[in-house]
Amino acid sequence: MAELNAHIPEGELTEKWTKLRSSMPLVNPANKRSIEIIVVGSGLAGASAAATLAEMGYKVKCFCFQDSPRRAHSIAAQGGINAAKNYQNDGDSTYRLFYDTIKGGDYRAREANVHRLAEVSANIIDQCVAQGVPLAREYGGLLDNRSFGGTQVQRTFYAAGQTGQQLLLGAYSALERQVGMGKVEMFTRHEMLEVVVVEGKARGIIARNLITGELERHSGHAVLLCTGGYGNVFYLSTNAMGSNVTAAWKAHKKGAFFGNPCYTQIHPTCIPVSGDHQSKLTLMSESLRNDGRIWVPKKKDDPRKATDIPEDERDYYLERRYPAFGNLVPRDVASRAAKERCDAGYGVGASKLAVYLDFKANTERYGRIEANKHNIHNPDKETCMRLGREVIKEKYGNLFDMYKQITGEDPYELPMRIYPAVHYTMGGLWVDYNLMTTVPGLYALGEANFSDHGANRLGASALMQGLADGYFVIPYTIGAYLSKELATKPIPHDHPAFVEAEASAKAILDKFLAIKGTKSVDHFHKKLGKIMWERCGMARNAEGLKQGIAEIQQLRKEFWSDLRVPGDANELNPELEKAGRVADFIELGELMCMDALNRNESCGGHFREEYQTEEGEALRDDVNYAYVSAWEYKGDVSFELHKEELKFENIKVAQRSYK
Amino acid sequence: MSTGNMNLTLKVWRQKNNNAKGSLVDYKLSDISPDMSFLEMFDVLNEGLVDKGEEPVVFDHDCREGICGACSMFINGQPHGPVQGVTTCQLHMRSFKDGDTIVVEPWRAKAFPVIKDLMVDRTAFDRVIASGGFISVNTGNAQDANNLPIPKVQADSAFEAAACIGCGACVATCKNASAMLFVSAKISQLAQLPQGQPERYRRVQSMVAQMDAEGFGNCTNTGACEAECPKGISLENIARMNRDFYSAKFVSEESI
Repeated sequence: MAELNAHIPEGELTEKWTKLRSSMPLVNPANKRSIEIIVVGSGLAGASAAATLAEMGYKVKCFCFQDSPRRAHSIAAQGGINAAKNYQNDGDSTYRLFYDTIKGGDYRAREANVHRLAEVSANIIDQCVAQGVPLAREYGGLLDNRSFGGTQVQRTFYAAGQTGQQLLLGAYSALERQVGMGKVEMFTRHEMLEVVVVEGKARGIIARNLITGELERHSGHAVLLCTGGYGNVFYLSTNAMGSNVTAAWKAHKKGAFFGNPCYTQIHPTCIPVSGDHQSKLTLMSESLRNDGRIWVPKKKDDPRKATDIPEDERDYYLERRYPAFGNLVPRDVASRAAKERCDAGYGVGASKLAVYLDFKANTERYGRIEANKHNIHNPDKETCMRLGREVIKEKYGNLFDMYKQITGEDPYELPMRIYPAVHYTMGGLWVDYNLMTTVPGLYALGEANFSDHGANRLGASALMQGLADGYFVIPYTIGAYLSKELATKPIPHDHPAFVEAEASAKAILDKFLAIKGTKSVDHFHKKLGKIMWERCGMARNAEGLKQGIAEIQQLRKEFWSDLRVPGDANELNPELEKAGRVADFIELGELMCMDALNRNESCGGHFREEYQTEEGEALRDDVNYAYVSAWEYKGDVSFELHKEELKFENIKVAQRSYK
Repeated sequence: MSTGNMNLTLKVWRQKNNNAKGSLVDYKLSDISPDMSFLEMFDVLNEGLVDKGEEPVVFDHDCREGICGACSMFINGQPHGPVQGVTTCQLHMRSFKDGDTIVVEPWRAKAFPVIKDLMVDRTAFDRVIASGGFISVNTGNAQDANNLPIPKVQADSAFEAAACIGCGACVATCKNASAMLFVSAKISQLAQLPQGQPERYRRVQSMVAQMDAEGFGNCTNTGACEAECPKGISLENIARMNRDFYSAKFVSEESI
């Protein structure tokens, strides 16, 4: 059994990272040149790691399944990135960011990791600005900030509603710079299908060239998985169509433990589902909650148009339930509150599965300020709305356009209709403080790992974590491992471990094609999604989870006997690619239900109906469940649970309150 | 299951691989909902093809929210179809009428060879970026972000240029298959920022050289690129690029 040691450095919380970084073994420049590192994934974590490691002198090979590294799904992040800069002079500090993140994660994250994240957060902003990332500025030329959920300071840096895009393009340009210098070899349209483990250490991967279908062997001294989250296990999510768990899952099957698989983030503000044809859900950034007020009618099944419902007949339920944080409560709290109102019959829109996000009050407020600036005193309402709309447009224009394009409704006139949707997965490969999985030499970065966010991620923290891992953590921590690998010669590609890994990847592809059943991959994916949403979604209970496990096992049987994949393996074949991803999702889905069933408490995004306070808030059990679940794969879709106890030495664990 | 009532005829470019000869193939679709996105309509088509045991139409797509730049269909003679300012994934069927015939082709440009059906190879764009579309700053070298104030107007203008998603619609729509809008957007973003100054003239020369080497055509100021760009990237960027290019060649000491 692999040992579960988080390798958290000794010493005071605030000194752990500095001390470790200063005493970490180094690899000298001449040796770096002969060490190869494989980076799978080219999002914020992957691109920043690949670029930085190449800058340091390592030989890097980077892989992505998209046609260009710039298309990784980090690009779609909208709202912003947190950093403890305290530029707003509102009392922010490293400690406060650390505290907010631990509390936001409902006390289910490691203190040491989160503190390190808060420490390097400021460096990220510096680095990105130096790269030419055009973050939003004020007229004085300095950087602007906005508010995000779960905090009472303004520490979120942004670039309109395209923060992820701009940060990713920054990392991408750093990556391409190294590609141009010949220090990173980039493999686009390649999908990792196996990790190669030689004598207990990760030494390479098997990747499929998606254009030719050829299976390729790539060796390295270490392998970094920066392959994102697994929200697409729900079929409908805000993830990109191609986002998948395959790389992480293959690693899991080769010995990497899977941490907290049941922690899923359901984002409160997404455009509601409009019909069965829907292929994905679109997020409306959390930043909109800065200026949007969320409400439902006080009357059930109110047939009136939103704008016809008078103020005193509206229930601003977040402001009512959580006066201190109001519309800016964390995502898990906001999502559950929306579900509660809709389940109680107060939902709006055709499906009744939506609530209003209304900008009218703040549009008018901004308009009044603008009118003042223009020396218009006692402006009428129309003038206020006209001027206010300009301000709203500058802040959120692209989001409003997107909403209009998708729904056909104009959010400048009518409030948006929103509903929670699967967005992010806090769970992922278990890693120690150095970001190494339980397989030596195999690392996981960004959303692909489980660390830092506990049971609920705060808004604008995913970009922070992806870039922290890639720019500022792995470049140091990997040295500890590689400094002991200097004598390791390049692994020959005809090593039995490579031969075996390639054969096993090929066998699975052949198996998909040989089934020749009657149902498409999407058919099974949609079925899996329905089971997951119903049994392991926003609210879970023991009975439902047990049923979910049985239903998934049944679905797995059907998948392997009735799947139809046209074409063959030696060509570009998207159906074959999808088959591999869905096969892994089905297995993961079962583990998620098992994990949710095991955790007899509610925390963050994991809400077990049996465990709630009288007011309907999540009820943790710190005596029995203050641990990370780390699941070991035992073959044939069976798993064994290991526990990493979480110790809180610096923060007093309390019931989370945003009232 | 679709819930709508639109009937459509699609003429879709099918091409087995880069070497094969392609052709337009007709498909009839019924019961399409106006709320579907164009790509969801293609999902319906493909689901039907798989059910019949035929190979589905291959096309690039990923985020389906208009930001990754992967989707790339040439619809009725326009990249990303008839609606301005949106990508194919954000184009909805309510922009079409019941009974319409829709012709769908891949991006066509020498520098974007067809891989299969509607999927093309846009790695030329990556190589142009690798030739100079960056600021050479290694991780860890940065000063405090607020030590470098940048006037808001300038920062906003750089941001507008940086909004490019690298989809290639500009190249696809240009009669010369020119990549000037794409290349100039990156050059212009960095040239307007103080951080971009040290490499300003080297950058423009290397990127233009790489653009030419990739086989993109020249610009003849038609402006189709700007009209079709889903992110509204302005022609002004091309003017800025040309200005910097000539300054570099004739004035700058750093001619390369």
